[in-house]
Order: sequence, then C-alpha cells, then structure tokens
Amino acid sequence: MSDLRNVSSNPHIRSKMTTSNIMLLVVIALLPTTCFGIYNFGMDALLLVLITVASTVLTEYIYEKLMHKKITIDDFSAVVTGLLLALNLPSSAPWWIGVIGGVFAILVVKMLFGGLGQNFMNPALGARCFLLISFTSIMTNFNCDVYSGATPLAALKSGESVNVMDMIIGRTAGTIGETSMIAIVFGACILILTGVIDLRIPGSYLVSFVVFIVLFGGRGFDTAYISAQLAGGGLMLGAFFMATDYVTRPITKNGQYLFGIFLGIMTGIFRLFGPAAEGVSYAIILGNLLVPLMEKITLPKAFGKGGERA
Amino acid sequence: MARLTFIGGVHPYDGKELSKDKPIEVLKPKGDLVYPLSQHIGAPAKPVVAKGDRVLAGQIIAEAGGFVSAPIYATVSGTVKVIEPRRVPSGDQVMSIVVENDGLYEEAEPLRVKPAEELSRDEKIKRIQEAGVVGMGGAGFPTHVKLSPKEPEKIEFVIANCAECEPYLTSDYRRILEEPEKVIGGLKLVLSLFDNARGILAVEDNKPDCVELLKKLTKDEPKITVKALKTKYPQGSERQLIYAVTGRAINSSMLPADAGCVVDNVDTLVAIYHAITLGKPLMQRIVTVTGDAIAEPKNFLTRIGTNYQELVDAAGGFKAEPAKIISGGPMMGMALFSLDIPVTKTSSAILCLTEDDVQKWEPGACINCGKCAEVCPGRVLPSKLADFAEHYDEEQFLKYNGMECCECGCCSYVCPAKRRLTQSIKSMRKIQLAKRKK
Repeated sequence: MSDLRNVSSNPHIRSKMTTSNIMLLVVIALLPTTCFGIYNFGMDALLLVLITVASTVLTEYIYEKLMHKKITIDDFSAVVTGLLLALNLPSSAPWWIGVIGGVFAILVVKMLFGGLGQNFMNPALGARCFLLISFTSIMTNFNCDVYSGATPLAALKSGESVNVMDMIIGRTAGTIGETSMIAIVFGACILILTGVIDLRIPGSYLVSFVVFIVLFGGRGFDTAYISAQLAGGGLMLGAFFMATDYVTRPITKNGQYLFGIFLGIMTGIFRLFGPAAEGVSYAIILGNLLVPLMEKITLPKAFGKGGERA
Repeated sequence: MARLTFIGGVHPYDGKELSKDKPIEVLKPKGDLVYPLSQHIGAPAKPVVAKGDRVLAGQIIAEAGGFVSAPIYATVSGTVKVIEPRRVPSGDQVMSIVVENDGLYEEAEPLRVKPAEELSRDEKIKRIQEAGVVGMGGAGFPTHVKLSPKEPEKIEFVIANCAECEPYLTSDYRRILEEPEKVIGGLKLVLSLFDNARGILAVEDNKPDCVELLKKLTKDEPKITVKALKTKYPQGSERQLIYAVTGRAINSSMLPADAGCVVDNVDTLVAIYHAITLGKPLMQRIVTVTGDAIAEPKNFLTRIGTNYQELVDAAGGFKAEPAKIISGGPMMGMALFSLDIPVTKTSSAILCLTEDDVQKWEPGACINCGKCAEVCPGRVLPSKLADFAEHYDEEQFLKYNGMECCECGCCSYVCPAKRRLTQSIKSMRKIQLAKRKK
C-alpha cells in the first residue's frame, strides 16, 4: 500500500455547516417578513423583490465572469443582499430602483472591495443609503394602493398618535419588509435557534436604544411611545438582520456589545434630533465603519492569561 | 453544581460505538518490528545494538540520549536486521532499529531489583526513566521529567487523564474497564512521589460505567477522587483538563507544575505501574483500530514496533475503500499515506474513514462569522491568526496570542467557509517555535 492517499493537516473531520447553509437560513428567516410585505403591499412588492434579487445575483455573476473569477453566486450571499435591499424599498418604487440598488450593492459595496467577506459596509444598507440620497422623493414616498400619508414613525415625530397594535402586526405604511415586528422577530428566532446569530448585538442595540429614548425622548418611560419607537421604522429588521451581518460587525464578544450600544445611541440621536424620522440605516453603516477600531480595543484575553472565564 | 468543563470546544460525532464494546485482544506481531529512535519529545535514543545482534523481548536496544529522552526496548526476540531511516506517522523518516522477529517471544530478565514498597522516591523515578515511559496520550513527553518538578512539595493534584475526548478512540475506555486496578495502582504510585498531592481520576461523562467502576474501586482511598467532566472536545487537552478539575488556568509558556498539577494519561499510568511493580519496561500499548472502512473494529494490546498493516489485517482489513487513514483521532491525528508504519509509544489508534466522513472541502472566503473564536479553547481569534499566518505577519500573529493555540482543530472543524485555519496557524507556530530554539 503505497498509493498517495488524502494526506492533510488536522482536523480530518468538518462540521456540516457551510457558508451557503448559513446564507440559506438567513433567506428562510427573511421569508416571513417578505411574505407579509407582499401580502400587505400587493404584487408591486413581489415584483420589486424579484427584480432586486435577480439584479444582485446577476451583477455578481457578470462581474465574476468578466473578471475571470470563480463564480460564487451559489453561496447565496447575493440573494441575501438582494432580499434585504428589496425589503428596505418602498413598494411604490419603480423597478429600476431595484436594479440600480442591486448593482450598486454588489458592484460598488461588495465586489470592488474584494467580494464576500471583504466589504466594510453592509451592501444592502450601503445601497439603500445611496438610493436615499440620490432618489430621496422616490425612496421616501410611502403612498401606495393600500396606504397613504406618513409612516407611523413620521407621524410619531410630528406628534400625532399611532396605533401600536397595527405597527406590531405590520399593517402600516413603510418599506416592504420593515413593517411587521411579529414577522421579523419570528424570522429572527429561526436564526437564533439555529445558532446563526445570537442576542449580543440585537440585545444591546435595542436596550441601549430604549434607554436613550427614555432619557432624551422627552416622554419619560411612556410604554406606548417606546413600543411605537421599537416597532416603527427599520429598527427590528436592522437590529436582527443587518447589524448582525457577520462581515460588518466586530468578531470579538465585547466588541459586539460595544457595537450594539453604539448603534442604539446613534439610532436614538438620528431619530430624535435628526431631520428625518428614521435613522437605523445610517446608524448601522456608521457603526460598520468603526468596526476595526471596536475590535482593536476589545481583543480577548487568551486562556491562561485571564481569558479562561470569558 | 455546574458540570466541570471549560469555555469553547466542539461536539463532533464520536464514533465510539464502533469499538467500545470490543474487549482488548492481544496481538502478537509476525513480521519485522521497527523501533524509531525518536518516539518521544527530546533527544533521540542512541542504539546499543548492532546489525546481526540477537535481542530478547524486554532487552534494551537504545539508551536515552539525554535527560529529556527515553530508552527503547525490543518487544520480541529476534535479530537486528538493519538500522536505517524508516517512515513514522508524522511522515518523517526517522532512524530506526529493525528487528527480525523469530517468533519465539523469548523474554529478557525484568528490571526488577527491589519490591515497590522499599523504593525511595528517586529510585521510583529512576525506574520509570529506565523503563522508557513517556506520555502515551500523544505528546510523548518523557514521564520521569514530568515527575521531577523543581518543587515536588508544591504539587497538589495528580490528575489521571481519562477524558479520551478524541472521537472514535476507545483504548483508554477499554483499559479502565478491563484493568482499572492497574490505572489506580499507577496513580497511587505517582501519588507516593508527592506528599501534598491528592489524586483525581478525571473521566468524561459519556463513560458513566467507568465513572461508577472507578468510584467503587476508590471508595476506600481517601486521597483519590473520581470526577466526571462534561463531554466535549478537547476536554483531555492538558490545560483544559487542569482548568476543568481545579479551576486553575495556565498559558502556553507555563507547565502543569506551575498550577500544582501533574497530569498523566491512562496508558502512561499503566506503564508506570508495570515499570515499578513488575519491573517491566514499556513494551506494549493499546491501539484502537476503527473507522467505518474497517471490517471489524477492535482494540488491540499490541507490542511497540508492530506494523500498522498487521493491525489492520487483524481487524479484518477494509470493508470499504478508505478515503483517509489517520494515526490517532480525527481531530488531532496524523493522516498517513502508507500503512507501512510501526506502532510507537504514542500510537493510540488507526482510524480508517470513508469519503462520507472526510469529505474534501475547498476553502472559501472568510465571512467573519466568529464561530472559530467561539469554539477556541485557547480563547484566541483563529480567523485573524490564520490571516496573519497566511500573510506572514509575525508581529501581529504574536500580538494576537498566536502561541496560545493548542492546535486542537476546533476552529477548522466549525468553519463554515472550510478554511484551513488550524493548518495555517500550526505552520506559523512551528516557525516561531523553531526561531525560539535558535
């Protein structure tokens, strides 16, 4: 027996979890809120979701083809980006918004920085902010067949009263995937139970945000107001699905808490003191930029050097 | 009470059911026996026989090459055929003594001169040294060195490492079930060297029968306790074991003695027992031959020097084409490209796995998921260390505690991108360790 077998370094067995499994789980976890969005906003929403996902996947494919790189669309990360971006668009947006956003997300934010794992900013959010700045009126027009008028968060900001129950269920105006708190939390539970994400970032994000608005919201500990702030806008979608994006959050445990707290405070500042009612997207991409610093100051201690207990 | 354990670790499929109920079988070698001169950490042994010499089982054939070294004994009777480099599990060619087995198994006189009770501390350690006992759990560190700390009175715990956390391995399990008195006897002998020490038999709780048995047999031993540990790889790693049992943590530049501990593996304790009470040098060990490519997985009591092929044949050969043959366990063992390799003092298993178990994965891009950091028992950031290693950034590698890695393989095991994290980190560590020696 001298035939050369598969000789390699240890370990010789690997867990069955792969990158595409994880991405697929994220897609599955996003389905409840996607389906609710389609139910809530109708066929326009479905079409926009399909177009956006198709454009992210195609952009990645064409870029890799032209650059003679390995085609990586089978890792489903472009699907996740496309889906997240679509969920952040108003259903009234024209189809080309989805295309421009999808191309920007993949080409500019992801591929030009080296592809999967190399981007310093969440591609879907990067594209959303790009669209918000470039096509403000389209991106903030939440009038559609079903709803007209302001989003609950905008109404809240101008002092009007909102129906918190509608906000939790999701029967309000807003982007396709952000309105239903229940559907988002249900999807998040899938990710938590399968170990894809944990509560470190969403937990510290939401807690610090609540603390911030209690302190500075001018309404004290007003449960209805706090609930409306939590359920409104992109906070839930952002906290569970975008702030937890592996690539653009700190890898260190304490860095993740720090990141969550930073997002909570920034979201509070943007929502309370900024001109717009919403601030989650900007808070997260700002946080993304500070990730290297957060990691640097929260390097873990090794076993036997004080790190064995944490 | 929380179960005794450490932070991090993984739970791979353990595969122990293949061989755990197979009683130890004695295997007498038929072909040539090969004795590599370096079966331990430290200086290689020096041959004291020449080509053509007749040797007996239990006769010394190579003497220790220094204090941190160990002698080697013939394990059969026969003639020295040649002294030449031969392949060992790590893939290296190591100078080895080859003995042609005459099939008579004639034994040399035992080393014994005095009964154990009359031996002084130094005489006991000398006996262990002469018997060529080394750590048989895998590292092969000479046992007499371990048992000679600078301040023996500061040793508070002698831990018998019965964790056997590597998947598939059942040699320690069978040894405990079949010869518990030798394991306990070995532990008592080590305890007799340290006046202030208590003995702990540390067993993973997936072996409740061993825990029960050891508890029963040690109920009248005030200095010995049995502790059940949470089943998790790498619970048997020395530093993680000490932490789980005593709550004391040592880093890579410290020795167990710095935490007041001496840790010995099951088979090592048995070897100590044989050396002191029977005056027998280290000649045998238990090797598990298993994996789903093996027709009849078994545990063999085999003589050191036996060819791996003989063991595989004795286990019925292959029932399926093995995709990978591993010396040791699947997490830290060494992949072999040939079975023409001798059993050494540190061979714990021959594991033959099929394609399903050892599927080849192409490494992909790191998505920074942090699973590696979560499972790392060394509490470092494997994904970053592997990046530094791959870019040969020594400064950052050391700054991020690269030397605290114990190469257990957990990071590569969990990595969803299937990066070869352990491999990269291991290579860099080897370079750094080599530099330190200079």
